[in-house]
Amino acid sequence: MKALCWQGVNELSVEQVPDPELRNDQDVIVRLVAGTTCGSDLHLIGGYIPAMRAGDVIGHEFLGEVVETGSAVRRHKVGDRVVVASFVGCGRCWYCANDLWSLCDNTNTNPGIGQALFGYESGGIFGYSHAMGGLRGSHAEYVRVPFADYGAFPVPDGVDDVSALFASDSVPTGWMGADLGGVKPGDVVAVWGCGAVGQMAARAAILLGAERVISIDRIPERLEMTERHIGSETLDYTSTDVAAELRERTGGRGPDVCIEAVGMEAHSDGPMHLYDQVKQQLRLQTDRPTAVRQAVHACRKGGTVFVLGVFAGMVDKFPLGAVVNKGLTVRGAQQHGQRYIPMLLDRMARGEISTAHLATHTMPLERAVEGYDMFKEKSDGCVRAVFTGPGRTG
Amino acid sequence: MKHVKSALVVAAAVGTGAVAARRTRSRAAAGDESADRWLTVTINRAPTDVMPDGTLPQPLDRMADRLEARVRPAPGDRGAELAVRLRETPSDAETSLPGRLAGEDPRQEVRTALREAKAILEAGEVMLPDTPPTTKETPVGKAIGMVARRSGGEGVL
Repeated sequence: MKALCWQGVNELSVEQVPDPELRNDQDVIVRLVAGTTCGSDLHLIGGYIPAMRAGDVIGHEFLGEVVETGSAVRRHKVGDRVVVASFVGCGRCWYCANDLWSLCDNTNTNPGIGQALFGYESGGIFGYSHAMGGLRGSHAEYVRVPFADYGAFPVPDGVDDVSALFASDSVPTGWMGADLGGVKPGDVVAVWGCGAVGQMAARAAILLGAERVISIDRIPERLEMTERHIGSETLDYTSTDVAAELRERTGGRGPDVCIEAVGMEAHSDGPMHLYDQVKQQLRLQTDRPTAVRQAVHACRKGGTVFVLGVFAGMVDKFPLGAVVNKGLTVRGAQQHGQRYIPMLLDRMARGEISTAHLATHTMPLERAVEGYDMFKEKSDGCVRAVFTGPGRTG
Repeated sequence: MKHVKSALVVAAAVGTGAVAARRTRSRAAAGDESADRWLTVTINRAPTDVMPDGTLPQPLDRMADRLEARVRPAPGDRGAELAVRLRETPSDAETSLPGRLAGEDPRQEVRTALREAKAILEAGEVMLPDTPPTTKETPVGKAIGMVARRSGGEGVL
């Protein structure tokens, strides 16, 4: 089958690789209907995530058609159209039982690597390095889905493929940031980043009752898209002082909840960006936390900062003093998709969340290298490139 | 999940005939203090499910005669804490980095079995990695592959 493989830093290619096979009784095999790029993939591609091997298949946000089921699968049958959570959860360890699915104890097949990096390993995720489980990614014509009864969800009639695709990762990740960030009616919420996850976090904050939601980015078409499709206010950080603007819009208090949806390759227009770039390139820090710093400083006293962007290692100049002296709650997580996806698919079916606009460029899987080039460079207004596979469309 | 709160701590001398533990090497004399520690996992099952009748769960049962084991309720309804350690403390050579890279540290086999026992008890199966793990061999990839192969037997248990 064809699959998009990481071949080295900033080097991708579509290759012929062996078809996946059922390895466990609770697996299913799906035929790809559609998959999409994710900003976190750029960290992999750029060599910022450890334990990648040349030839690894990448991709983790996808929709497929079930073509084969293991003997212990109960909730799926051949022909089902399913959206698959990007993290794999066994469904029965303490973490899964408590809806902390990305922390599953039983799905990272390389636990020693994750424990060496983080103290304790995360759950397994599709196509995101051998530190995160070593599972093959979803940018392939066929994908093995372990513990499918827990991680694959039927798509309601009336939700089209491209819309449903984003329920795999972007929508639940964004929702989680607002939900676990504690957004409640009357809050003012600021969201750093107007990519797909940032937009979905802003939409979630609105649906959870936030009084005002302010999204921050520098790309004009993303800012315009966020205003039009999400209903959020926006700020262009290249043309205004974000901290001053947020103070002004919040009566001098600062936002109640600040959601960072940017990640380890953040940009800014200040001197800290140059500082972070140099330190990251010299490997004196692994991640650039520019947006996290801004969020911590901008947040109101006693507020919450939720880190949704992907970080992999160490950062420098983290304003711990602000966290302590302003009494902030700082929280982060990889997505607990299984906790939210059924509810979110229902909301999508009711028209409360729209995602189709995120798919700015659609192309067959064979052109995935071109799709990632566009996505990385944000050329032609690319927000997400969607790759279509051979699966039956809904 | 509700667990039986009154479950007793089971200090089980497991294996054939409940032989009293007799270490062939003084724990105090071991060069690597960590080599002597209990290896522990918390399993989201009741202690009575984890070691019914004092019998170790599979696949730990295959090495029962080499292990000491104990199980006790985890606080906060989190299931059972299962701890095991080798009756015979591994040698310094076995626990050295070269020994571990060569797969000669007997704790690696125990950690792997402990993780697998937890997975079987909780999820009903041990999730296997995809195969082949990747499609292109490079020197860096081979090194990562070797680390990955040892990974199930390493870590902070």
